[in-house]
Amino acid sequence: MIDRHRLEVLTEPAVEWIIRLCGISAIIFVFGIFFFVFREGSGILFRGFDLVEFFTSSQWVPTSIGNKRYGIFALIAGTASVTLLAMAIAVPFGLGTAVFVSEFCTPKLKEAFKIVIELLAAIPSVVWGFIGLTIMNELIIRLFNAPIGLTVLNGGIILALMSIPIIVSIAEDSLKAVPDSYREAAEALGASRWQMVYRVLLPAAKNGLLAAVLLGIARAIGETMAVLMATGHAVRIPRSVLDPVRTLTATIAAELGEAPVHSDHYQVLFLIGVVLFSITFLVNLTADLIVKGIRQK
Amino acid sequence: MAVRLKNSLPTNSLFVLWLALLLCLLSAGCSKKSEQESGDSSGKTIIQDLGSDTMVNLAQAWAEEYATVNPSVSIEVSGGGSGTGIAALISGTVDIANCSRRMHPDEIRRAKETGAEPVEFIVGFDALAVYVHKNNPMDAITIGQLAEIYGEGGRINRWSQLGNRNPACASDEIIRISRQSNSGTYEYFREALLGDTGDFKLGSRDLHGSKDVVELVGRTPCAIGYSGMGYVTEKVKMLKVAKKDGDRAVEPSIESTLDRTYPIARPLYMYCFGKPDGEVKKYLLWIYSGAGQKIVESTGYVPLPDPQRAAAVKALEGR
Repeated sequence: MIDRHRLEVLTEPAVEWIIRLCGISAIIFVFGIFFFVFREGSGILFRGFDLVEFFTSSQWVPTSIGNKRYGIFALIAGTASVTLLAMAIAVPFGLGTAVFVSEFCTPKLKEAFKIVIELLAAIPSVVWGFIGLTIMNELIIRLFNAPIGLTVLNGGIILALMSIPIIVSIAEDSLKAVPDSYREAAEALGASRWQMVYRVLLPAAKNGLLAAVLLGIARAIGETMAVLMATGHAVRIPRSVLDPVRTLTATIAAELGEAPVHSDHYQVLFLIGVVLFSITFLVNLTADLIVKGIRQK
Repeated sequence: MAVRLKNSLPTNSLFVLWLALLLCLLSAGCSKKSEQESGDSSGKTIIQDLGSDTMVNLAQAWAEEYATVNPSVSIEVSGGGSGTGIAALISGTVDIANCSRRMHPDEIRRAKETGAEPVEFIVGFDALAVYVHKNNPMDAITIGQLAEIYGEGGRINRWSQLGNRNPACASDEIIRISRQSNSGTYEYFREALLGDTGDFKLGSRDLHGSKDVVELVGRTPCAIGYSGMGYVTEKVKMLKVAKKDGDRAVEPSIESTLDRTYPIARPLYMYCFGKPDGEVKKYLLWIYSGAGQKIVESTGYVPLPDPQRAAAVKALEGR
């Protein structure tokens, strides 16, 4: 007995340390990645790189021989337009599906739904891109009488389909986490099912639903291969959903392989990485602030 | 027992492990690995062959045929673009880089800095065809018109500006289909149209493979695109190309490539790092043999004329 007690005295702090290291390692990795990306890209900043032009010019001509131009405004517009459209589709559909799965369907149907949605999440992004390039392309040409289907609309729909599984599973979990006593209380007050969802469950699960939407946004911003294939990969500021665009991620993916290490082009691509990193950081920060704001009320 | 086991792992060494992992990740980007003609466990010699997407069909066909000729050698082919192939050659991860353009002077300089001189082999020719949808009534085009369509500042944006009504295309807009910028096809087409310093108009759809371009043109009545003539399908039409207004427009073919009447044809290169020897040399000699050059023709490219082939073999043997 005494021996066992002594062992516990020794193992307790060891386990505690292991867990602490796991926690710290996440922070180290995040800062390590940021440091690495910034270090690779920062060299050009000290050589008189025009940051204003970088953000405001829509001329992206990195492989020109006489006149190289690095302006990412069109790429930012591309990422923003595709992400916005994807969210406009995915948020109502995703949250709607989550509410249906968690509140309105029979247990058997619920299991079937969950399996199908998980299957949707398991489709690789290249396959999504391929669907965009072939099936969606022809559909858009036929339905909208557009000259070509590789557009913001195509990329947006593909991205929406890709982020819906994430939104559904997290939103469904957070709805499930609402205690049943809430539902019982609502029913006891004579609320209809829809009133219960709208007035009780949605406010109660607000934080989780917000997290679901934000993770969906992060998925959409970070997606590369599918948008590379479905949006047409054209440097252009879109004027309608039937225009092609090029996103920040697709540009890095398409060009990093060719850019000679430590050349201007290479460093600018890493700067784009820093921009992407900052965007996701801002998204997460706003989410945190909103969640905190809700809690304080 | 389990408790005792856990206890025997001191936390200090775990911390060191984490740190080492982190350092590995941080330095991974800087290290260069080098492997040359490595043999795997079964004793097979592996030749890594990477580069141009234009040549990937050809290189694959060669590799498959060579596997029956010389089963002790396995050739691993992948695409990715001419620039990617050259970059991999310089960093020493491949034995042969396929390239549908010449190496740039600064690429040669960087290669020399890392130790050896790249050696160039012309293994065939490719005629770059200009593709339109099969329902497009257009038949011929000039280099000048192509420059106006694709070049920066060019004024042609509509099919009607070419004096051609394209009834299949309701919007009349010319949809430009181009390639991603690390493609040798992209660089060659730019140079052929716009000279050394010209740039393409922004806003073209930039696709990731030679075959994708032809596929997309076949689905899009308003589109124009460029790709190797080996990729032609029933859904597209290859335009005849004239050097300038008033010149005879020439159809892309083996004959017109070899007699140089077709204006946008180019040699296909393979690059080695330093003089090739051993299995790589044997492979290149086989590529220059009758059997190897027959594959060039059957995959839709243009084989080398005999004198040039003999010279190449002589140069290889002479070393």
